[in-house]
Amino acid sequence: MSPDLTTSLGSLQLAAPTLTASGCAAAGKELAQFGDVSTLGAVVTKSIMMQPRSGRATPRMAETPSGMLNSIGLQGPGIEVFLEKDLAWLRENNVTTIVSIAGNNVEEFGELARILAKVPGVDGLEVNISCPNVESRGQVFACNPVSAAQVIETVRSVWHSDAPVLAKLSPDVTDIVEIAHSVVEAGVDGVSMINTLLGMVIDVDGMKPMLGGRTGGLSGPAIRPVAVRAIYQVHAAIPHLPILGMGGIRTGHDALEFIAAGASAVSIGTVVFGDPSAPWRIEAELGQELESRGYNSLSEVIGLAHQN
Amino acid sequence: MSAKQMQCTIKSIAPVGNYLHLVLDAPEIGEVQPGHFAAVAVGGIGGGMLLRRAFSIHKSAPGQSLEIIFAPHGEGTQWLATQNAGDVIDVIAPLGQPFVLPRQPVACVIVAGGYGAAPMELLARALRSRGCRVDVVLGAATEAKLFGVLDLKGVSDSVIVTTDDGTSGVRGRVTDVLPNIIKQNGSQAVYACGPMPMLHAVAQVAQENGAFSQCAVEESMACGIGVCMTCVLPVVGDDGVTRMVRSCVEGPVFRGDRVRWNDVHTIPSDAFGAPRPGGH
Repeated sequence: MSPDLTTSLGSLQLAAPTLTASGCAAAGKELAQFGDVSTLGAVVTKSIMMQPRSGRATPRMAETPSGMLNSIGLQGPGIEVFLEKDLAWLRENNVTTIVSIAGNNVEEFGELARILAKVPGVDGLEVNISCPNVESRGQVFACNPVSAAQVIETVRSVWHSDAPVLAKLSPDVTDIVEIAHSVVEAGVDGVSMINTLLGMVIDVDGMKPMLGGRTGGLSGPAIRPVAVRAIYQVHAAIPHLPILGMGGIRTGHDALEFIAAGASAVSIGTVVFGDPSAPWRIEAELGQELESRGYNSLSEVIGLAHQN
Repeated sequence: MSAKQMQCTIKSIAPVGNYLHLVLDAPEIGEVQPGHFAAVAVGGIGGGMLLRRAFSIHKSAPGQSLEIIFAPHGEGTQWLATQNAGDVIDVIAPLGQPFVLPRQPVACVIVAGGYGAAPMELLARALRSRGCRVDVVLGAATEAKLFGVLDLKGVSDSVIVTTDDGTSGVRGRVTDVLPNIIKQNGSQAVYACGPMPMLHAVAQVAQENGAFSQCAVEESMACGIGVCMTCVLPVVGDDGVTRMVRSCVEGPVFRGDRVRWNDVHTIPSDAFGAPRPGGH
């Protein structure tokens, strides 16, 4: 019998443990030509902001060994158009949807949460407090336990919905466990980890940083061990906290590492750029990895690497 | 049109001038229109290169085959160049918006730089099947970097070649000969594919001479399917508003008079959602 892959993130039951990662699948529609998006654990949307946003100048991308650097800069249509077009499409197609939100300041996070709490079709909220592609590193709320907690408290105070609130954490901090503790105290139902790591590539012909935004976020299999470490540390410190794991997952074998480290589900990110059918493939592979090791369910493996 | 992710067996891979001509078995390929592109995974399964390489489609037969022309310039295309007949590669196609064909049988000019000529034989055939006169200008730095001269001669009314070094045809740029061709033939549409500076110049010449232009742009892409927002450029919409649009799904073919060529690689301050003074 094939293993039971159903899982949950707080109150949200997921039919599959493989989700898309924010910023790596737009709002799901483009992936529909490669698979049935409604069968994914969930689509985690690209972070949406209050206002339309052009993002940063190009070049926005540099390929790096087993990874890539991006400086997109949260390009998006703003919440109004998102609700009208993207969320409407996701609802029509019965897609489990976790909406990622990003604000320029604490108040904007609160405003976005207030709006999204009232609309149907939002199954979860991922609070992106860790995008590195903003003008000021001071805006990376997840780098400071106090500002991280402020954002979450503000979101929580207006989030009159049963859908879980996840905080997306950055690995670019001295102690990710300290940040996790602060967002848990502020009321999150779970954490998503990890966001990209801040990096740079230099164009030595032009003698300048390659990316228009100069710095960018590093993602892909190159950062996978960093993600596994961060998840392992946070699960060890706060075992009851649901974790959505992401960071360079390319195969079912990779996904199993994340689950064993303590993630309840995983998001498939950068690998989708090269292989748009990866979320479905990885779900199937994860089932095979569990079965070949004699496990009957995904849930019995969550955090298992902490026992040995 | 719906793109397919396909495992394609290489039928042949052979040099053409400075380029390589790749012919693939593609039993799942749908109908390809001129200007569509293909995104090819490079480096093999588990390799260190995660991103696809995009190539305009040279030729295709629905349900049968797919052909591309590429230059082994970077690490990814160099890997592709080492592949052999019988090897299997992962391809997504057809992608993007193709060239828009005129409704009336007007005179058209096709302009291409280097292997930007790859999709142009398909385009010339499509234009001719609508009764259009088709004149062609092919330019390159040097003769070995020209592509498709003979093939295009067979499907057009005239072909003029320009090279920067004069090794073939007229010494100079495509835009040196383009104004006269438009004037002589009363051409109403110009179709272009090649490097961005060439497209900019062609779009300008077309506009100055009262012709409509369609340009297939070359922007670096990460996904090719519209999810990553890497390949954006500033394009003016029907409403007059400039937006940073994705060249993979809204393009790669754009109206030449709608691309803000001077502002490529920037966010114009009047673009939709551009940063405002005092922060984003």
